[in-house]
Amino acid sequence: MATTSVMGGSVRRREDPALIQGMGTYVDDLQPTGVLQVAFMRSPVARAKITSLDTSKAKEMPGVAAIYTHEDVAHLGPLLAQVQIGKLRPLLADGEVNHMGEAIAMVVAENRYQAQDAAEAIDVEFDVVKPIIDLKEAASDAAKVHDELDSNILHTWTYHGYWDALGLEDQTPQVDAAMERDDAVVVSLEMKNQRLIPVAIEPRSVMAEYNPGYGRFTVHSSTQVPHALGGAISKTFGMIASDVRVIAPEVGGGFGSKLNVYNDEILAAFAAKDLGRPVKWTETRREAASSTIHGRGWVGTATIVGTKDGEFLGYKLHALADMGAYSQNFTVAIPLLGLWIASGQYKMPVSWTVDCVVTNTMTTDAYRGAGRPEAIYYLERIIDAYAREIGMDPFEVRKKNFWQPDEFPALMGCGFALDSGDYASNVDKLMEKADYAGLLRMRDQARDEGRLVGVGVGSYVEVCGFGPAVLAEIGFSWSEYGLPASFNGSGLVRVNPDATVTVVIGTGPSGQGHETTWAQIVGDGLGIPVDKVRVLHGDTREHPMGIGTFGSRSVAVDGAATYEATLKVREKAAKIAAHLLEASATDIVFENGGAHVAGSPAPRVEWEAIAKAAYQAHTSPEDVESGLEAHTSFSPGNATWPFGSHIALVEVDPDTGNVELLRYVGVDDCGNEINPMIVNGQIHGGIAQGVGQAMFEDAVYDSDGNLLTGSLLDYPLPTAADLPSFELDRTVTPTDVNPMGVKGVGEAGTIGTAHTIVNAVVDALEPLGVKHVDMPLRPKRVWQAIQEARG
Amino acid sequence: MYPRKFDYVAPSSLDEAFEALGDDSKVMAGGMSLIPLMKLRLFSPALVVDIARIPGLDTLDDKGDHITIGALVRHAETAASDLIRSNAAALSTAAALTGDVQVRNRGTTCGTMAHADAVADQPAGALACGAVMIAQSASGTREIPASEFFVDSLTSALNPDEILTSIRIPKSGDGEGSAYDKLGRRGGRSDYAVAGAAAWVKRSNGSITEARVAVTGIGTKPTLAEGVAEALIGTDGSASAVEAAAERALEGVTVLEDLYGSEEYKSHLAKVYAKRAINQALASI
Repeated sequence: MATTSVMGGSVRRREDPALIQGMGTYVDDLQPTGVLQVAFMRSPVARAKITSLDTSKAKEMPGVAAIYTHEDVAHLGPLLAQVQIGKLRPLLADGEVNHMGEAIAMVVAENRYQAQDAAEAIDVEFDVVKPIIDLKEAASDAAKVHDELDSNILHTWTYHGYWDALGLEDQTPQVDAAMERDDAVVVSLEMKNQRLIPVAIEPRSVMAEYNPGYGRFTVHSSTQVPHALGGAISKTFGMIASDVRVIAPEVGGGFGSKLNVYNDEILAAFAAKDLGRPVKWTETRREAASSTIHGRGWVGTATIVGTKDGEFLGYKLHALADMGAYSQNFTVAIPLLGLWIASGQYKMPVSWTVDCVVTNTMTTDAYRGAGRPEAIYYLERIIDAYAREIGMDPFEVRKKNFWQPDEFPALMGCGFALDSGDYASNVDKLMEKADYAGLLRMRDQARDEGRLVGVGVGSYVEVCGFGPAVLAEIGFSWSEYGLPASFNGSGLVRVNPDATVTVVIGTGPSGQGHETTWAQIVGDGLGIPVDKVRVLHGDTREHPMGIGTFGSRSVAVDGAATYEATLKVREKAAKIAAHLLEASATDIVFENGGAHVAGSPAPRVEWEAIAKAAYQAHTSPEDVESGLEAHTSFSPGNATWPFGSHIALVEVDPDTGNVELLRYVGVDDCGNEINPMIVNGQIHGGIAQGVGQAMFEDAVYDSDGNLLTGSLLDYPLPTAADLPSFELDRTVTPTDVNPMGVKGVGEAGTIGTAHTIVNAVVDALEPLGVKHVDMPLRPKRVWQAIQEARG
Repeated sequence: MYPRKFDYVAPSSLDEAFEALGDDSKVMAGGMSLIPLMKLRLFSPALVVDIARIPGLDTLDDKGDHITIGALVRHAETAASDLIRSNAAALSTAAALTGDVQVRNRGTTCGTMAHADAVADQPAGALACGAVMIAQSASGTREIPASEFFVDSLTSALNPDEILTSIRIPKSGDGEGSAYDKLGRRGGRSDYAVAGAAAWVKRSNGSITEARVAVTGIGTKPTLAEGVAEALIGTDGSASAVEAAAERALEGVTVLEDLYGSEEYKSHLAKVYAKRAINQALASI
C-alpha cells in the first residue's frame, strides 16, 4: 500500500466543526411546509388481546389529520424487513399485543403535542394474558409466547451444525472425552449477559414525503442502512426502486439500533402518501427504550476443560438468547456472529449451542458487538475462572493456548479461518505498557492491608468486515426486500475538471468520521491534499449501492472498494500525465499535487493540468476515454479478525460494594490504521460502552412485562466523569483480506471490555472466595456477593 | 416527552406571582425536575408560574448570624460559595454532587427543596445544617424548620399559594462542622443517591454537645435520624461511638427497595453513610 504522512496520520475530523457547533443537519431539523407530526399509541401491557379499539373520540381532537390502526395498513402486510421466522411483526398491532411498547395506533396531527393528546384519547380495552418474560421459563415451553408456534425456541445454533453445507465435525465428543481424563480440570459457571438498551444521542427520526405527480417518495431517516430502507419501502408499496429516495443526513449515533428498518418508517411513508403531506416522527426517549431494538440478553453455562498445567482441552457453552417477541433485520442471526469466535484466540475443540428464545419483550438485534461481546464474555470469564482454579497467571494460561503467528490463516472448527494474528506479542506489549508485574505487586500489598484491589485481564478476537459473499448462502439475507444478499463494498472516485475530488460511497457514518478517513484514503492514493477531497454519503438516489455502516465493516469493505477505485483513477491519470510529459505511464509517480517521471522531479505536470486534460478529447491520449472517475465494488474473501488484550485495575469498597475503576489499559490490533486518532476514538467509545455493560446498564422487565428502565432516570449510562483516562496502544498485524491491510475497529473496544472488568472485580474479591458476580456490577450486587461469601 | 397543554406566566414581582398561584399551579425556578415530569406526563399542572424574572431572588447573602439562599440561586452557585462551604459544608458538598454540570448550572437549591425528592442530596444537607425554609404568600411569611418541611415523596410543607423564597442557614460557630457523603446510582458519588447522609456536629471540651444527622435516598423522604444524634451527644466522637450511633440511622425511616438496592442493602448503607458523614464532620472541625 502507499504510505505517506496522510495515510496513518491523525488528520483532524473535518466533520467536527459543524457537529460540535450544532450546525449539523439531522432529520428532526427538517421542517418542510405543511409537515405533519406523528405520535404512536403504544401498548402499556406486555401481552393481551385487544378487545376493543375506538379512535372516534381521538379523531375529533384538535389538529388531528388521521389515526391509523391495523385495518388501515393490513394490505401492506407485516413489516417486510425482518427475519422471516416465528411470528411476524405487523406494522400495527393486529388484535393482540406481544410486548410493552408495541405500536397499536398511529396518530398524525398538525403538531406533536396534539398528536400526543389524541394518542392519549384513544380508547382501547385489553384482555390481559400472563406474559412470558423469564428466558428459562420461555425455553421450557411450559407455555407459549405465540400460540401458533410449536416452540418458544425459534432456532438453535450449534457449532458444527449451523450451516450444513460446510459439513463440519461435531467436536462435542472430543470435549466430553476430555472431561473424562484423569488429569482434567473442569470449571463451569452459569452467567448472565444482561439485556441492554442502545442509547444514541440522536433518537431515531423519519420524515417521509410523497409526490403523487412523479409517484416518488423522498424519505429522510436517521438510519445506518439507507439502501435497505429504500428497498423495503419500494417492495412494500410495489414501486420501482429508483422512485424511492432515502436520505440519511447526519446520524447521531446508532450502535446497531439504526441498523434496522422499523415499522414506523414504513408507516410514515404510508401516511405521507395517504395524506399528501410530509409526515415526520421522532421517537421520544421512552419510545427509544421500549420500542427500538435492545441488545444482548443471554443466560448460559460455560464450561472449560483443561489440564492442571494450563493446556485447554475443550470448551462448551449452552446459552439461551432472548429474541423478544418478534424479529427485526438480524435478531436470530446475532448469536451466529458469536459462534464464529466461540473458540476465541485459542486452539481447542468447541461444543457451542445457543437457543434463540422468544419472550414478551422488545425485539433484540445488533448492539455494538452483536453476539461477539456475549461469546467472548463467556469464554474469557471461564478462562479466568480456570486460571484461578489451577493457580496460574491468567495471561500465561492464554499465551499457552494461543494460535501461533506461523499458524495463520488459522482454520477454526467453525469452518472460518482467522486471517492474521500475533496474539502473544500483543499481550506482551500490554503487560509492559501496564507494568503488569507492578500492578500485581501493588494489588498484593493492598490485600495485605485488607483492601479489595483487583487486576483483571482479558483478551479477545472478533470477526467483522462483513462480508464474504459466501455468507449470503446461510439463509438470513435481505434479498427479500430488494437488496443483494451479499455484503459488497462500493466506492466511486471522481477527479473533477478543477482537480478537486468527489468521493461517493455506499456506506455512511453515524459518527465514525468517514468523511475524513475516506478523504485520507483517496487523497493519499492520488497525491492530492485531503482538503481537496469531499466525501458524499447517505443518499440512495446518487450513491452507489451499499449495505451500510455496521459490523465494523465500512473501511475494510467499502474503504477497500474506494481504495481500488482510487488506484484505477490513478492508473488512468498516469496515462494522461505520461501523454502530457511525453513519457511512459509506467514511469509516472504522483506526489505533492502533481506527477513526474520517477527519479526526475522536473518536468512535472500538476493535477490541475491532468484533470483538465482528462475531460477534453483534444488534450487526452487517443486511447483514453474522456473523464477521470472509477467505481469499484469489493467483495472480501474472508471477514477480518481484529484482536487485543486489556487490563483493568479496580478497588472494591467492602462496606458498600462500590467498584472504583482506577486504570484501564488496552493494546488493540486492527491491522493497518488510516487515522490513529479516529481509531482511538472508536476504542474509547467501545470501552466506555463495555464499562457501561459491566458496571451500570441493565434493561429490566418485571414479571408482568413492564419495562422498569424506560427512561434514562433508571438506565444509568457511563459518562466521561465515571471513567478513568484510558491508556491505549496498538500492535499492527495487517490482514491480506483487503488491499489496505485494515481490519474493523468500531466494536473491538466493547468486545474486549466487559469480561476484563468482571475479571478484575472477581480478582479483587478472590480473598473472600467469590467466584463470580453477574453484570452489571452495581454496588448492591457486589455487596451481596461479599455478604454471601462472608456467610 | 411532550407535556399536556398548560398555561405559563412569568411574573415580574412576588405579588404578581402570588396572584397567579392557584390550586392547580406550580412554581418553576430552574425547571430541572418539573419539566421532565411534565414531559413524561406524570405531572400536568394547569399553570406554570416561572419565578425566574423576579428581581432579588438570586442572591446568596451573609446576614450576620445566618446566610440566606434566594430562590433563584443555582446548585452551582451554592456549591461554589465560600460562605456556604465554610458555614454549611454538608449543603455545599450536597450541591456539588447534585445532578450533572448542566443541571447544576440551571437547577436551584430552593427548587430541589420544594421538589422534595426522596433521593435528592441537598435536603439532607439542609436538615443537618438546621436550615429554615422561608415560605411567602399573599397572606404573609412562614418560617418552616427543615425538620418539618419534607413531608413525603415529592411532597413538602408548602401550600399551593406559597413560594419558597429563600432558605436560612445558621452560620457556623466554634467547634462546629458538617459533611455530606453518598453512594450514587452509577457508583461513586455520581447520579441520584442510592443512599446518602449529612451530619452536623458541635464539639465542646472533647465531647459532642449537639448533633443532627439526616439520611436520604433510602425511604420516602429525606429524614432527620434523631436517634443517631441522641446517641452521639455526650460521647467523645470516637470511632466506636460514631459506629454505635450510626446503628440507629433507620429509626423513623421506612426503607424502600428499588432497582439500586434491596431493603437490606439500603438499610445497611444508611448506617454506613451516617457513620461516614459524622466522621467527616468531626474531622472538619
